[in-house]
Amino acid sequence: MDFNYSEEQQMLADSVRRFVQQDYDFDSRRQVVDGEDFFSRAHWQTFAELGWLMVPFAEEDGGLGGNAVDLLPVMEEFGKGMVVEPFLPCAVLAGGLLAECGSDTQKAELLPALVEGRLQLAFAFAEPQGRFNLADIDCRATRDGDHYRLNGHKSVVLNGGAAEQLVVAARTGGDRCDREGISLFLVDVESEGVTRRRYKNVDGHGAADIWLRDVRVAEAARLGEEGKALPAIEKMIDRATLAVCAEAVGAMDSALEKTLEYTRTRKQFGRPIASFQALQHRMAEMFIECEQARSMLLMAATQLDANGGVAPRAVSAAKSRIGRAARAVGQEAVQLHGGIGVTDELDVAHLFKRLTAVQYLFGSTNFHTARFMH
Amino acid sequence: METSFNEGELAFRDQVRAFLHDALPADIQRKTLRGLHLEKEDYVRWQKILYRQGWAAVNWPVEYGGTGWNATQKAIWADECARAGAPEVLPFGMKMVAPVIYSYGSEEQKQRFLPDILASNVWWCQGYSEPNAGSDLASLKTTAVRDGDHYIVNGTKTWTTLAQFADWIFCLVRTGGPEVKNQQAISFLLVDMKSPGITVSPIHTLDGYPEVNEVHFNNVRVPVENRIGEEGRGWTYAKVLLTHERTGIARVPQTRRRLEAARELAAETGDGGPTLLENPAFAQKLAETEIELLALEYTELRTLAAVSTGQAPGPESSILKIKGTEVAQQVDELHVEIAGYYGMPFVPEQFSDGFDGEHIGPGDAAASWLRYFNNRKASIYGGSNEIQKNIICKAVLGLGG
Ligand SMILES: Cc1cc2nc3c(=O)[nH]c(=O)nc-3n(C[C@H](O)[C@H](O)[C@H](O)COP(=O)(O)OP(=O)(O)OC[C@H]3O[C@@H](n4cnc5c(N)ncnc54)[C@H](O)[C@@H]3O)c2cc1C
Repeated sequence: MDFNYSEEQQMLADSVRRFVQQDYDFDSRRQVVDGEDFFSRAHWQTFAELGWLMVPFAEEDGGLGGNAVDLLPVMEEFGKGMVVEPFLPCAVLAGGLLAECGSDTQKAELLPALVEGRLQLAFAFAEPQGRFNLADIDCRATRDGDHYRLNGHKSVVLNGGAAEQLVVAARTGGDRCDREGISLFLVDVESEGVTRRRYKNVDGHGAADIWLRDVRVAEAARLGEEGKALPAIEKMIDRATLAVCAEAVGAMDSALEKTLEYTRTRKQFGRPIASFQALQHRMAEMFIECEQARSMLLMAATQLDANGGVAPRAVSAAKSRIGRAARAVGQEAVQLHGGIGVTDELDVAHLFKRLTAVQYLFGSTNFHTARFMH
Repeated sequence: METSFNEGELAFRDQVRAFLHDALPADIQRKTLRGLHLEKEDYVRWQKILYRQGWAAVNWPVEYGGTGWNATQKAIWADECARAGAPEVLPFGMKMVAPVIYSYGSEEQKQRFLPDILASNVWWCQGYSEPNAGSDLASLKTTAVRDGDHYIVNGTKTWTTLAQFADWIFCLVRTGGPEVKNQQAISFLLVDMKSPGITVSPIHTLDGYPEVNEVHFNNVRVPVENRIGEEGRGWTYAKVLLTHERTGIARVPQTRRRLEAARELAAETGDGGPTLLENPAFAQKLAETEIELLALEYTELRTLAAVSTGQAPGPESSILKIKGTEVAQQVDELHVEIAGYYGMPFVPEQFSDGFDGEHIGPGDAAASWLRYFNNRKASIYGGSNEIQKNIICKAVLGLGG
């Protein structure tokens, strides 16, 4: 048994940590979040130059190996720094689907641009009626000669505002919720019939609602076989779920650390509030949550790598447990800070908001508990 | 034991319902039910309607303009207001400073301040907390030094809710020197917000709204006649009122309304399979929350019954604060879950009334998340839930220390 990172993974973690410490303090982050794009293009270039955008990909796709475990050092540090650059939606999720389903031509055209930081992608899957059910897809792709016409509405597409190309899940056959009949398409956002409403999410990440109205897409832009995309979607969403779990573990560690630091310095009744045993036990609980969460993270990551990237029960168990931990640790961090904890001025309040979002991204705690049971 | 309404009480309930039906402006009702921010004008407009009806000051003694209702009538009123979507009367003037004034103020002070509070002509805010005096309020540092017939006030108050709208602030200030014991060094002072030397700087809460403020006092001259009661007794006044002002602290009717709203929304929310209301885990959480709320309702009724037979509410009423905020926060979480992905978009302007664009997502899903974030405050302010438990330990369970 060895739960330690390899030397490469450790170097990766160190390099991301250095970036967060030097370039991503809370005030710099705020400027990024308040900016036009909701993330920094300059930072994105740095990610490319340091090779981080290669992490999710196999060597034959121009990547560093693409194990699930490799995502952890990056995502954990991103979690600590509340990094909003679209590594997860662009590289892990949309890029992952491209690598998983794309033809050699498609990959050769797009993957180099992606890892070099020249291409922004997003995966448009969720729909207003569908909540977390990946098969609940109503967006239609109907044949039109050697083209398809796409019609539908995609909700809260992460990085949907900045993306130049979208990977869209659409139905070429079957009905809402059928497992068969779902296909993936690459859609240029400049295509006629694509409208986007861009916004920032509560956690500072950029997103968009996207409407497709009679959007003409060439057959060559389909990723993979027609009607057979769901397993690949599930595989990549599970991978992204693991990534978001890693981010949550980093964010929780940071919330605990900041709470320890604050309660040691904040004095009421003539002494540090950390000296009150009632609060000490609460922080002990937070610590236990962090540790249980980390265990589940490592469990799921190793299960994924041991099973060719397919380990749905392990991922759902991790997401469920880590979701519960994220809720508890986020709420407690705020509570133990008192009034300052509910202000926009405090980093912990933003960690709390991100820890709320991660509970729902790619399926709520409730959803994943049920998926684990079935 | 008798826990159902008698005929007179039922008639009173009908009268209240009829009044709310006729008098509550539709725009204010809509904002309240949807959880949108109310403007100052909205609060004032509604409170003036209540004033004209004679129902503005539910808890005041009749001689100052109160309703004279008994505990049951007050409970009916609170319940019907919540059901109807009437905004809550802001507590600062009506529930916090007015009782101090009519209990401990001079005749002149009563005549000067109470009518304007009753008629909502003046907006008050509460200046107790300071950056270094939160849970340990008695350690507050804002000083008021006597200079002839004035006090010179210096210091900083913080977390002052909606001070940006306030005409007046009531403050706890230190009039005694360092040699005086904390509790005897504090006085209760009313300060005109237009006084030279006061500056207000906004603090945004994590939902993005400037709900609280820092209020700075730089050599602010306050006439001695604005002090309530005796010098050095302010702490006692504030304390007495804290333990007596228990009406509504559990917020049962408001929480019930939001719980019902959650049930209705969950019945319409699904993912192609059963609705969220049919989801066993969600349904169980909803039911458990409802049961806890029912327990809280009866705990509150027992407290009110004790009060109406003349017993002062004891420190047991800390339960009402703790459970009231916990259940409300549980209901907030149900709404967060219902909203799902559509809780994430942060477009606060769509929740102000002037917004005429299209909302992102169904209904006010995104408002649910903002409300959840914002309402984490409830277990922190008004004596944090940890402090309430300390009170129970010491004053109820006799666990000294
Ligand atoms: C949104 C909001 C609005 C507010 N509005 C007003 C207002 O209008 N006017 C006003 O005067 N004040 C207001 N307050 C202030 C509020 O009353 C204080 O925040 C509260 O008293 C807690 O103080 P603090 O923030 O300094 O936290 P601290 O006292 O520093 O507490 C930090 C943490 O330590 C815990 N703690 C402290 N002491 C102990 C102990 N002995 N044992 C165990 N745990 C302990 C607390 O429970 C909390 O979890 C508001 C606060 C908020 C958040």
